[in-house]
Amino acid sequence: MWNMKQLEYGALARRANQIKDELRQGVRRPYKEVIDVFQGDLHRAGMKPLTFVRQVLAACVYPPLINSSNLPLDVRQRAQEELGRCVGGSVGEGNARDHAPNILNVLVNREASPRTGVLIPVPCHNKTVLSITQLGAVAVPYYLSEEQGWALQVEELQRALESAKGVCNPVALYVINPGNPAGYVQSQKSVLEVIRFAWEKRLFLLVDELYQDRVYGENCEFVSYKRAVSEMGPPFSGTVELASFHSVSKGFSGEYVCGLRAGYVELVNLDPAVMKYIHTLFSKDACSPVLGQIALDLMTDPPKPGDPSYLLYKQEIEQIRTVLLHSVKKVHEVVNSLPGFSCPPIEGGLFAFPRLHLTPKAIQKAKVTAEMQEDPDTFYCTRLLEEGGVFTGPGWEYGQKEGTYHIRYNTSRALFKELLRRLSSFHMTFMKDFS
Amino acid sequence: MSQQAVNGVSHRGRVLTLDSMNPNVKRVEYAVRGPIVQRAVQIEKELKEGAKKPFTEVIKANIGDAHAMGQKPITFFRQVLALCSYPALLEDSKFPEDAKQRARRILEACGGHSIGAYSASQGIECIRQDVARYIEKRDGGIPSNPDNIYLSTGASDAIVTILKLLVCGEGRDRTGVMISIPQYPLYSAALADLGAVQINYYLDEDNCWSLNITELRRALSAAREHCNPRVLCIINPGNPTGQVQSRQCIEDVIRFAKEEHLFLMADEVYQDNVYAEGCQFHSFKKVLFEMGPEYSNTVEMASFHSTSKCYMGECGFRGGYMEVINLDPEVKAQLIKLVSVRLCPPVPGQALLDLVVNPPQPDEPSYATFMKERTAVLSALAEKARLTEQIFNTVPGITCNPVQGAMYTFPRITLPQKAIDKAKELGLVPDMFYCMRLLDEEGICLVPGSGFGQREGTYHFRMTILPPTEKLKVVLQKIREFQLHFTQEFS
Repeated sequence: MWNMKQLEYGALARRANQIKDELRQGVRRPYKEVIDVFQGDLHRAGMKPLTFVRQVLAACVYPPLINSSNLPLDVRQRAQEELGRCVGGSVGEGNARDHAPNILNVLVNREASPRTGVLIPVPCHNKTVLSITQLGAVAVPYYLSEEQGWALQVEELQRALESAKGVCNPVALYVINPGNPAGYVQSQKSVLEVIRFAWEKRLFLLVDELYQDRVYGENCEFVSYKRAVSEMGPPFSGTVELASFHSVSKGFSGEYVCGLRAGYVELVNLDPAVMKYIHTLFSKDACSPVLGQIALDLMTDPPKPGDPSYLLYKQEIEQIRTVLLHSVKKVHEVVNSLPGFSCPPIEGGLFAFPRLHLTPKAIQKAKVTAEMQEDPDTFYCTRLLEEGGVFTGPGWEYGQKEGTYHIRYNTSRALFKELLRRLSSFHMTFMKDFS
Repeated sequence: MSQQAVNGVSHRGRVLTLDSMNPNVKRVEYAVRGPIVQRAVQIEKELKEGAKKPFTEVIKANIGDAHAMGQKPITFFRQVLALCSYPALLEDSKFPEDAKQRARRILEACGGHSIGAYSASQGIECIRQDVARYIEKRDGGIPSNPDNIYLSTGASDAIVTILKLLVCGEGRDRTGVMISIPQYPLYSAALADLGAVQINYYLDEDNCWSLNITELRRALSAAREHCNPRVLCIINPGNPTGQVQSRQCIEDVIRFAKEEHLFLMADEVYQDNVYAEGCQFHSFKKVLFEMGPEYSNTVEMASFHSTSKCYMGECGFRGGYMEVINLDPEVKAQLIKLVSVRLCPPVPGQALLDLVVNPPQPDEPSYATFMKERTAVLSALAEKARLTEQIFNTVPGITCNPVQGAMYTFPRITLPQKAIDKAKELGLVPDMFYCMRLLDEEGICLVPGSGFGQREGTYHFRMTILPPTEKLKVVLQKIREFQLHFTQEFS
């Protein structure tokens, strides 16, 4: 189900880069540029950064700007505050502040027999499986239910756990909420069920909450695992071991600063003796980039009403939010209306993961195409890239039920009209060719 | 156990315990930020709360963090980075044209023209090209292929990545990695984390910490009894010792690596920090290629550099790169896969690296200021290196090799037997005991030599030469006083 094909990994990305280079050099193709909706990168997708954040960062980087009357007063004050927190008053200093450790590395005992197992959702981010197997652990898949809007069902968790018997020793349960690539947002009920399950089966909860600020679905609300554990009261609140992750990269109400690389993890109910080692381990990893840490600070404490930057900040956030909501909705509508595509409502997160209903003819063609792997969704994505100039991710990279096919794309493309035009046009032709 | 008692609730036992956790993590130690630093932080807290001590501040001479110690950043670099962070400043006439031109070029290469976008996992292509050009210029024209350049999050990230590729096997076949004693504890920590076998080769303290091939040979044959040695790590200029390898020595090491079929890892992050007369930095790559095709076509190597040291000192930006030589193409594909898991190195760090390899040229407006600032930093360091060696060598009980390069001094301290006994009584390694006392009595934080490795029965400490000259003089004075007083107490 997961194809760990060593050398072909990233082949599509390489091809996309090749085409981008060719276009730059003036080679003629049916399109002038590649629409890259493969990565969860909003700046690449056309989003503008937040002025306030960038002004503060600039002033932190080049402190003479703190005296510049061209920058609003609150920007200058914030920069001064942030620099005050840096030893030596410079963002070039390398003191560890908040730092997101690799909890997985601590959990996985390479010497254990049977090997350590980690339950992970299907579909999930392709990097996750890689991280787990790299550490010598076993990834145990549990399937999210596509028909129920990618719901997480406890019976399925149970089945997955049972499948691990004799294969590995499952110690952790990895959950992504809101989802990636599937755009679901877990209900409160579901979150509580999962916590109860983890408690009963003695599993360490690893929760990826990177997209917590990206919730669009009506009647959807993000519920943090940390809060839920605490609100459940004893015995859960004092015993469920939890690590939840957040990052500056994906914030909806803030800067999309994937390139700045900052994030944090919250650890709940961990053994104090283990915490000591975690501390040592992450002191050796130096620090996460200081600019990223500052961006994180700014996002958790944005301008308030009355601050000089407030109005512009609010306006920019609103604008981003409106554009995104609109684009997510529109793209979903159009894709769902195309024959051969079906997609549950996108409630949150950064991506859509629509299902491709390929004809037997298309599947057959994929299998015989010489240079390609036999994955039909790769076949589709490759054709979409070459002919339509749209770069998306094939479903096999994320995992899917046997015999089903999907594609993943970033829903945040600001200029989505062109994306939709090309996708629809290509798709109709493709469906016709293989009818 | 105590947690159980405190909560008063019956404990079913946690999933993640000392027994169930990755045992390798328990073997990881990183002295540079270890127990002595934790004590230093505690003392700082106490001072803040008004506690009375024989000093008013803790001087942290433990970590090679230049800016934290007051070194000023290079104006040109910060101007370009500010322009990249907030491109509206490109309209501001206060910024010089050469800074704007570089910022535009960098932004052009970024997704969405923003340093906030992810970059390719191997690093932004035009920056890798610039790095390759820099290496060619530095090495007298020997070609460098941008495809062999991998940008990274500081040099540490790249070092660990290569080690991950190299470490494999079980039992007697487990990968052994040769590392100098003393060494920068990132290596020992990474090896512990990866479960690799650490093979120690001792640098010769009596000969200015030089590297001996005989010693390499001894270490290697001893190691072959219990592991599969595959890697040889060198830090040049050295950390903590500061020695700068001679060209002859580098040739000998390369020859040795070829004979014994070892992968060479050359950590060259201090390449601009060379102070001593008669010393010169020779890049491993340059020497390798000058030894002819018999070597340059076969020896597998990775060399590392970063923006954290030299005259830049920008540790917080996490910029760095490695250049791989003669890496098997199929392994390269795996390397690309491996680096893709962490997505990409921080883009501001990549941008900074681009400026380091592409600094202002003589005909550009920012050149004069740039050269002035660069020279000031490096000559201050050279002066402090000299001063440190001079003063320490006047203190009975302290002997100090010349600080030929890098940013540290690693003097040897003679401890009275009574002090050693007292340390053992307290369950402390003798040089840790010494450093803890120095911290408590003078407020100076150093790192005990045991954190870096040293010959049995010898004791050292590592101190950075980064504090501003006047403060450094005070620090040296206080250490001298402490040494005399300590020796007397335990005589």
